[in-house]
Amino acid sequence: MPPPRTRGTALRHRLAELRGPDVPAKALDARALAALAANPGCARRAILDGAGVNKAALASALGSPSAFGQSQFALTRGNAFEAKVKADGGAELLRLVHEKLDRTAEPPTEARVPDLTATGPQGRTARTALELREAAAHPGAWTLLDHPMLALDVAGSPAFLEPDAVVVHPDGSWTVVEIKSFPLLDGSADPAKVGAAARQAAVYVLALEEVAARLGAEPEGCAGGEGASARRPEGSSTVAPSTPAEAPRTRSAQDRAPAPRVRHRILLVCPRDFSNLPAASAVDIRKQRAVTARQLTRLTRIEDIAETLPEGTCFSPELPADELTAAVESVPATYAPECLSACELAFHCRSRSRETGAVTSLGRPVRAELGGLTTVEDVLAAARGEAGDPDDPAVAALRRAAALRAEALEAACR
Amino acid sequence: MSLISTLARLEAVSTGRAQPAATVRHRHLSDRPLVFVPLTTAGEAGAPLGALVGTDRDAPRLLAVPQPRDRDLRFAFLAELADVVLPYIDAYAEVVEAAERTETDPETGKRVKVEVDLCADAPQLIVPSRGGIDLVRLLGRSMRFRRTAEQDPETPYPAPPRVPLLGRWLTHFGERARVPGSSLLLAMTDVLSRHWATGQSTLEDQHLGALLAWIDPPEGLTGAEAALRAELERDAKGQLTCPPAGPATDPAFDNKLLAPAIERYDRARTALAAAEDGLEADDRLGALTAAEREIRDLVLSRTLPTWEKVWQGLDLLRELPEGAHVEERWTRDRWSFTGHRDRVLAGEPPQPRRDDAVTAANKLATREREQARLEAQEALDDPLVMAGRRLSGEAFAGEVTDVVMAYSEGKRPSPRPLVTVRTDDRPHLGERTKVYRSLGGKPQSAEFVGVEEDGAYVVLRVLDKMGRGKEPEPGSVPEKGDRVCFTLFEHEQRGGAKLPDPEETPWTHGGPPGEATLEAADPVTSEDVL
Repeated sequence: MPPPRTRGTALRHRLAELRGPDVPAKALDARALAALAANPGCARRAILDGAGVNKAALASALGSPSAFGQSQFALTRGNAFEAKVKADGGAELLRLVHEKLDRTAEPPTEARVPDLTATGPQGRTARTALELREAAAHPGAWTLLDHPMLALDVAGSPAFLEPDAVVVHPDGSWTVVEIKSFPLLDGSADPAKVGAAARQAAVYVLALEEVAARLGAEPEGCAGGEGASARRPEGSSTVAPSTPAEAPRTRSAQDRAPAPRVRHRILLVCPRDFSNLPAASAVDIRKQRAVTARQLTRLTRIEDIAETLPEGTCFSPELPADELTAAVESVPATYAPECLSACELAFHCRSRSRETGAVTSLGRPVRAELGGLTTVEDVLAAARGEAGDPDDPAVAALRRAAALRAEALEAACR
Repeated sequence: MSLISTLARLEAVSTGRAQPAATVRHRHLSDRPLVFVPLTTAGEAGAPLGALVGTDRDAPRLLAVPQPRDRDLRFAFLAELADVVLPYIDAYAEVVEAAERTETDPETGKRVKVEVDLCADAPQLIVPSRGGIDLVRLLGRSMRFRRTAEQDPETPYPAPPRVPLLGRWLTHFGERARVPGSSLLLAMTDVLSRHWATGQSTLEDQHLGALLAWIDPPEGLTGAEAALRAELERDAKGQLTCPPAGPATDPAFDNKLLAPAIERYDRARTALAAAEDGLEADDRLGALTAAEREIRDLVLSRTLPTWEKVWQGLDLLRELPEGAHVEERWTRDRWSFTGHRDRVLAGEPPQPRRDDAVTAANKLATREREQARLEAQEALDDPLVMAGRRLSGEAFAGEVTDVVMAYSEGKRPSPRPLVTVRTDDRPHLGERTKVYRSLGGKPQSAEFVGVEEDGAYVVLRVLDKMGRGKEPEPGSVPEKGDRVCFTLFEHEQRGGAKLPDPEETPWTHGGPPGEATLEAADPVTSEDVL
């Protein structure tokens, strides 16, 4: 059952308070999704992302600005490539989908490309859901949704996602399309970048599966955009069932269409070699989907984190630095060096982590080796034999390592 | 990461300075390396923006592409790069010495010794970071299939004459860099972090400025402070005072400085093309030259700090004594260089886009063997590396407490002395485990017999390198009181099973690759980026 409406509204109010007055919420972008995968246990990141706080502005206000930025050259080229792929009603894009994923289907000579414009993310989400339902009513046709908007429940608050494209196949199944501007060179691309794209697509697939489940649960054709949009912002959990008792105002004779299938092979479109011509590859994202789904369920619920915060906590970048620092410090973070490539706040967390002498600031594997010793001084004291229980295997190994290291360095000096 | 290097990192945190992770230098450094500091344009797969390149620290050659989207300007850049790199390579290709190599005689099938040329020394390319190695590989890939007007008069956009050759060489350097322990192409960050442990994570060590800040902090600063400054400090214009080592540039530089400069250049170029008379053209040419000058200055301002840092890194590395086996590994690099020189001279086509099955399997086998060789040799050369192996139970050191003469059974008894070693190490020894020690540079093997007093004493039976006589040769058996160090890993690597010749590739692996053919050039489109 979805939680009572009041609770959802209360959370929304609370998150708006955290964000600060008149600060618009920032949508969960690809980097935030990557951070989610890199560090699911970080409460600080979870609440800031959940509340839609602009972490880049926050980091600057804290005095540790993030080093992220996008070069206008990269932006121009990315946009130009995407426009090229989608040109001409998406003819080239659909040809690639047909060739790589669905060769048995009718070739896409013409396709439906519905207009998805609407006001606000909720409106666009509703519009997308409506068009996906509409597409289900046109079996045998190809439909291209250009920049649809999807909503996904992340730790109790809705996150809005914008895939590059979603294609509805003639058999009614859906494919996520990711368009990236790194090259596919001789049929292979940078594995790290492909991995990031696959993780991103996996989130889109999860969001689409929610839409599909709702479509399957609903009587065909009932409820317009309002129905979907009104439900979403409540942060209701995965499937929001509507009552089948509602009288079906159907176009088709079927009462319940089966839920559309979301394909687990996505299409990654990249420039071929050194040219600007699109090349595509099907990427199996089952593993990334499973991992992301698991991490989404184990995220601490934002409500729970919000409840632990002192009254009046606010992350508005307008506030003076010391108040902001106190606010940020009131949520615990789990910093690891991987954060540097995924989270705007990483430099701030790193300096805190270093100040406390946490060994994790040297990398997660370091922490794993040292057992219960978590600070640099503890470890060094144990290694020198000044502290620690010699029967503790971690301490014994440390002392042994320290002795061997000293012996080797001494031998080298001689 | 072993506990010993973790400990070194923690000590670096506490002392504010990087700690040694090696006591000798494990990579060869040429007397005259070619340093290459490239920059690329964001978003374009490796489209070059400029580079500093050269062998003389005080006189780097600046190359710049004022409009990276212009094919002719990119070709001009590559041609200029070829003018620097190829003469440098040729200088090494010309000096040879005689060497022997075993080859299979095609008629008899026997292994015979053949006298061949081996280049007396090899060129060495140094880039600032791992991204630089990837770019070398990418540049190689983009150039080696290009056609020059001489090769194919019909080709739509002919490449400058020496560009395809440069592509083949850069491909070779890029491929060789994948072989563990090789030194033909080195990334400065990799080499430095092999030799020093900093007080930051391995991810942060990828930043050349921060890494050097830990190893050699400026007066009055700790490593952590200097590294932070290198990572984040910006000047009044919002530019990083320590620009990234590339090949990617800082977005703030792209947006605030580079983009306007490129726009001015484009405008000047359009204006020049529209000039109506000679006088006007002269003026506008002046404006164009000024715009180009500005971009060159920008490229220089982003590459020169990195250039200095690479040389500073070289200075630091040269202070370390070279490891005993480094020379041997460099000889392998020389063989690799000579081999490619011969292939080029023989007129073979460029390296294919994809290797055939046998070549690919051979490459993998080589990398595995070299990895094992590197690990063994580094341990033998460096007590600090050996300490790590001792900690993990793969080696042990101690004092010989007893030697008992014994003999093998059989018609001609050979010496098989029993040696007892007192050690604090805890090696993972099983029954009759073979162990090795280095005796005059050659491995001597022994087998494990047993332990006494709860592992404090290890009894070994020495098996070889004692000569042919009944009595072992003097010095070939450890004596009481000697310090010895035995390893559980072999010192020399045996090659694996021999693979068939490419012509004999079984059908399961795609069959024989057929004649080596010149692969088609990449189709050229109007919007290529490289």
